[in-house]
Amino acid sequence: MRHRWVSVLICAAVSAAATTACGSGGASQSADGKTELTIATFNEFGYEELFKEYEAAHPDVKITQRKTGQGQPHHQNLFTKLGAGSGLADIEGVEEGYLSQVMSKSGQFNDLKEIGPKIEDNRWLQWKTDAITSKDGKLIGYGTDIGPLAMCYRKDLFAQAGLPSDPEGVKALFATWDSYFAAGDQFIAKVPGVAWFDSAAQVYNAMHNQLETGYYDKSDKLVVDTNADIKKDWTAVTAAVAKGQSARLAAFSPEWNTGFKLGKFATKTCPSWMLGVVETQAGPENKGKWAVTDAFPNGGGNWGGSYLTVPKQSKNAKKAAELAAWLTAPEQQVKAFKAKGTFPSQLKALDAPELLEQTNAYFGDVKAGALFATQAKKIKAAQYKGPADGQIQETVFSPALQSVEQGKSSEEAWKAAVEGAQKAAK
Amino acid sequence: MTATLSKVDRGPAQEAGPRPPRRYRLSNLDAKVSPYLFVAPFFVLFGAIGLFPLLYTAYVSLFDWEVGADEPLFIGLENYRTLFEDDQFWNALFNTFSIFLLSSVPQIIVAVVIAALLNANLRARTGWRMGVLLPYVASLVALTIIFGSLFGPQYGLVNDVLGLFGISPIDWQASTFGSHVAIASMVNWRWTGYNALIILAAMQAIPRDVYEAALVDGASALRRFFSITLPMLKPTLIFVIVTSTIGGLQIFTEPKLFEPAGGSGGGSEHQYQTVVLYLYQSAFQGLDLGYASAIAWVLFLVVIGVAVLNFFLTRRAVR
Repeated sequence: MRHRWVSVLICAAVSAAATTACGSGGASQSADGKTELTIATFNEFGYEELFKEYEAAHPDVKITQRKTGQGQPHHQNLFTKLGAGSGLADIEGVEEGYLSQVMSKSGQFNDLKEIGPKIEDNRWLQWKTDAITSKDGKLIGYGTDIGPLAMCYRKDLFAQAGLPSDPEGVKALFATWDSYFAAGDQFIAKVPGVAWFDSAAQVYNAMHNQLETGYYDKSDKLVVDTNADIKKDWTAVTAAVAKGQSARLAAFSPEWNTGFKLGKFATKTCPSWMLGVVETQAGPENKGKWAVTDAFPNGGGNWGGSYLTVPKQSKNAKKAAELAAWLTAPEQQVKAFKAKGTFPSQLKALDAPELLEQTNAYFGDVKAGALFATQAKKIKAAQYKGPADGQIQETVFSPALQSVEQGKSSEEAWKAAVEGAQKAAK
Repeated sequence: MTATLSKVDRGPAQEAGPRPPRRYRLSNLDAKVSPYLFVAPFFVLFGAIGLFPLLYTAYVSLFDWEVGADEPLFIGLENYRTLFEDDQFWNALFNTFSIFLLSSVPQIIVAVVIAALLNANLRARTGWRMGVLLPYVASLVALTIIFGSLFGPQYGLVNDVLGLFGISPIDWQASTFGSHVAIASMVNWRWTGYNALIILAAMQAIPRDVYEAALVDGASALRRFFSITLPMLKPTLIFVIVTSTIGGLQIFTEPKLFEPAGGSGGGSEHQYQTVVLYLYQSAFQGLDLGYASAIAWVLFLVVIGVAVLNFFLTRRAVR
């Protein structure tokens, strides 16, 4: 008894110093001889039933899920424990927005091509896999879900402005960004008090992610100030803001929610998961007013979606990779889609009848599954993301665009954004 | 002291003699070691959660220490040099002091006035006294979210009310001064009542006979307040001022949650980013622990400096 206390104390002291994980930490053989695999996820991956299925098929495996409500604390925890060198789960979920930070630490994750089971070619959309393949060709994670972009718009307000409002008719307006902003001019001239889009950053980020080269070039050199495409997008968006096309509502703020309810903007860049957000925020009183169409300026785009990774800390990396590979197989992802609506990134899953037949009542019974599957296939390539890419987008460019909406001149804000990006990249 | 003396008294004679009985040795040990054992919890706890983090932060601040990076790089005082050339840091320091002044100064003045009112003969006295403490009991996060929505630039209630008086709407997010006023009002809402109760307790400790003597001399109520109440409150005021200095300079939750979309930048151009918020952003968004530690240490020194300054200023005013 006494010995046990001593070992507990030592264990506590040692793990406080963050060198080893004792007993329950990490993965280990549990008392009944089963291999315990931990998997850390956030929001809803829709895996709960799948775990039971896997455990039934693999009696030697026991799965423990560590579920965090929100993405931000989950990733903070991920990076902290990567730094500490211990404490991570065998499988860690990673969201697309944090990908650049994960890829800059790719050495701390297992190459799944090396330790994982053999996986059929073309399981995933090519760009989805490309984004998590390191420069030296290592596959860091298996794709789970994606957020293909379509355009959501207010049918009633479009009709009021004399614009076409049926899903086929509006496609011409959403053909390119030029046609999109031109339609915006037309719209705000006709409907006073309503803006064209919710906020500049929401439009700009989608435009930016379509560029072949983003903030970094492939040799990790920051090219914000020399990449003419970035400046072009910036100018287009800020010009639209100057004309009054922006409702100046920062996304996910309480006022943004109010804006949905009051119908203060007519279009919204809409990844698949945004339909639920629109429904919640606009509420039943606006039912039937919102519509979504399978068109997006300049083709397609993606916002959101995740991967499953196996950190090198894992003591059962091989078995963890097996589980992750199984979870991200098309059959399983279709089940997750049915459970929690996570849109699958697997080619086969995009053709599954369950997905193609899914409809959304709030958006006028549109065949949402088929619509977003079409959009997912329009995405051409994954933009290369440098080490501080996510941070530049989140903490530099989005606030700089907001400052333009608050009255700062486009040129001054651009200068501040370039400086901010250089500071973030240091 | 006694233990040392008795040891000397016994001297070598004792060593030559037979070993003292086991029981005596144990109680001797008890007398020597136990006191340390009794005071140990404080020192162990303080060492573990006070001193160690403090010193370790200083150590980390000497490195280019990125979360998850392979090997921290020793760079000496480089982080501090960068910090002193960093506009964003000076901006954050300015914001911190501005919010601190906008909150602490009115807060303490109003707290004294409220305490004086509560000290009068009121009906349902306890009810009033409990009432001023209510904002302090409310959850800080809930409070901040409600205030954030009141101060919404487009659909906020405050702007609606200002509109009734013909004042054009203020963009509480975009304007530096506006955002500071909004944040300071959250701090004031929460802490004024708390400080008022502390001051009230001190007021009640002032001997009645001093007032009676003044009354006999014909001093007015105002004169009694300024010549008796205020001077005798000074020790308490020192306490209140020093604690609100320490709290005010470390302000974090209010500006963090005032950002509507949940960022840590403190506004689109850092209009209301405070030092602690900048520290948080550097550590958990920039993942630059070395730099964040340097910010922490500079803030620590600033807080000590200002607290000491306030202490001497207020103490001097007593005499």
